[in-house]
Amino acid sequence: MNPFQVLIQTIVNGLLLGSIIALVAIGIAIIRGVMDMVNFAQGEFLMLGMYASYWINVKWNLDPLVSAPITIALMFILGVIVYKVLIARVIEAPMLAQMLLTFGLSIVLVNVGLFLWGSQFKTIPNVLVKGTISIGGVMVSLNALVPALVSLLMAGAVYWFLMKTRMGRAFQATSMNKKAAALVGIDTQTVYALAFGLAAACAGLAGSVLSISYYIFPGVGSVFNLYAFVAVCLGGFGSIPGAFIGGLMIGVSDSLAGFYISAAFKYVVAFGIYLVTVIFKPKGLFGW
Amino acid sequence: MSRILKAIILCSVALVLLVSPAYSKVDVVKIGVIYPLTGTSASTGNDYVAAYQLAADIINNVTNIDFPFAKTVGIPSLGNAKIEFVPADSQGNAEVGKAEAERLITTIKPAALMGCHHSAVTKTASQAAEQYGIPFLCPDSTSPALTERGYEYFFRSGPTDNTFIEDAFQFIADVDKAKGTKTQTVALVSEDTEFGKNILNVEKDLANKLGYKIVETITFANNSTNLSSEVLRLKQANPDVIFMAAYTSDTILFMKTFKEQRYYPRAIIGQRAGFIAPELFQTIGKDADYLFTTNVWAADLGVARPIVKTINDMYKKKTGKDLTGDYARAFTGAFVMADAINRAGSLDPEAIKKALLETNLPGKDLIVPWEGVKFDQKTHQNMYGKTIITQFSNGSYKTVWPLNLASTPVVWPVPGWDKR
Repeated sequence: MNPFQVLIQTIVNGLLLGSIIALVAIGIAIIRGVMDMVNFAQGEFLMLGMYASYWINVKWNLDPLVSAPITIALMFILGVIVYKVLIARVIEAPMLAQMLLTFGLSIVLVNVGLFLWGSQFKTIPNVLVKGTISIGGVMVSLNALVPALVSLLMAGAVYWFLMKTRMGRAFQATSMNKKAAALVGIDTQTVYALAFGLAAACAGLAGSVLSISYYIFPGVGSVFNLYAFVAVCLGGFGSIPGAFIGGLMIGVSDSLAGFYISAAFKYVVAFGIYLVTVIFKPKGLFGW
Repeated sequence: MSRILKAIILCSVALVLLVSPAYSKVDVVKIGVIYPLTGTSASTGNDYVAAYQLAADIINNVTNIDFPFAKTVGIPSLGNAKIEFVPADSQGNAEVGKAEAERLITTIKPAALMGCHHSAVTKTASQAAEQYGIPFLCPDSTSPALTERGYEYFFRSGPTDNTFIEDAFQFIADVDKAKGTKTQTVALVSEDTEFGKNILNVEKDLANKLGYKIVETITFANNSTNLSSEVLRLKQANPDVIFMAAYTSDTILFMKTFKEQRYYPRAIIGQRAGFIAPELFQTIGKDADYLFTTNVWAADLGVARPIVKTINDMYKKKTGKDLTGDYARAFTGAFVMADAINRAGSLDPEAIKKALLETNLPGKDLIVPWEGVKFDQKTHQNMYGKTIITQFSNGSYKTVWPLNLASTPVVWPVPGWDKR
């Protein structure tokens, strides 16, 4: 490979990684944007989405991409239930209580996963999409390309939903001023429940597309959580396009620094960019 | 009169008290074994205990196999006293391991302690044993630091990380000679915790000493999300051989990324951990083929030595699983201990320590592929521990080195992804 190909390869790798980070980040951004709270359990929702794809594959031999609608529906229902049973109780409580609740939920989910499915790594064999294509000497893995495209589509769809649909406008209204929204007849409790369900459904979709290329184990959420949070903060808390672009920035900086400086240095650069951004733009690149 | 009577009674009581220990028969020799019996390593810990129980079965009963202590009952020099391995739970936690060691020493009064799988736990538990003056035999932990502390009562029968790395380099030299290749460049890849860092340092020293050119050194974060830039660096550096120390998740991710980038060097040699985890094959299947790893033990050693197969079958009957390097080392440790106690002829810690120092077991009395067991008089590290190199093929590890134990010819250089 000549130096130019290497550069392109590094950037492509970064974009593929970044879009995976964005998959998780979008869910966090929805909850933050609409409900003004931080969901630390988003990575664990992703983990549940991956296990759902895995078990559907084991029981009915369905490819995760085929079973994605089922996984999304299951996760949406789970999200609404989690909201009604747990989150609704702290929605008026101080931020610390909300954070502790979602943090606690993430610990519970990881350990329930350990208890039910053990700590072994699982992968789904014989997936539909596999292999690598070479474009001018640059290798692109197809089962990493699928999550990237889905991530782009998902960011677009969620953005369209929030901006263009009637329900989306109700989401926006609730996020801007809850009391005023209630005054004009918006059922804010339903909006919150749906927002939480939507975020969980995003994690379900992310789990479906990630499970074709990634290993699955109860702690897999924490692997993505940290980068996803940084992506959300970088893009601007609550901004869907911001979360997507933030994810890509983190991915590309990780990849470039890992190759051109040192593998041990990539976190320093990725988090360094984040620090510099919040110093100059505390609300993130696209924050309100 | 009553005064004389009292004196006589007192004297006879004193006499009985003084003399009785010498005549009291030892019924049971208790050895405390400390392992993680709950928590994430629970299944490993319980399989260890099963290996000790199998050793006790062979020592305590007449068993029709050609192995030390098999034809006799118990410890012959102690009036055929039975040996009992008493398990204690470390939870994989260094503090708990130490507390359990103290509890065992003060309650069941063991003749010795053994354990503890995790180097960190072995470190603290053996501290307690050292304080109380109780011999501690570690069959399994590999951190070189353990035997560098100069403890008086600490012994280790298993090989250390240094031995694994030295043997990996020896393997390259031997296979180069056999196959007419010439390995000149190496890349060193290690994860960033204690395990990987120690290995990296030793590898660097040895590579420099032996004249290999290190073309790339990579330290990556344990549990990485993405290793594509690491793999790209390796691809650009293009070493002959990659040495790798990684845990399971990172090993899986590395192999997937190697395949995505369609890159494979002449050979990848792993340092146990992720490379001997059963999940590696379960998750990446045939892509694991041709991977090398240093190893302690492989089931196919039974091809060259029938006794290994016999013991493995006995273990499988007991647990439903094959022995692994871990359990084979523990089983071996149990016999090293039984041998020392038998020669000591007493449960006195000093006598057992002395007997351990005089241990000289030949390789034929062991199920592990070592030259024998003989402790260095200063560090108490077994000087004759050896490792083997295995290569993955069709879902199991085949021994390819040392050559006299090899069950399968080595595939070298390894075919690239497009030639499989």
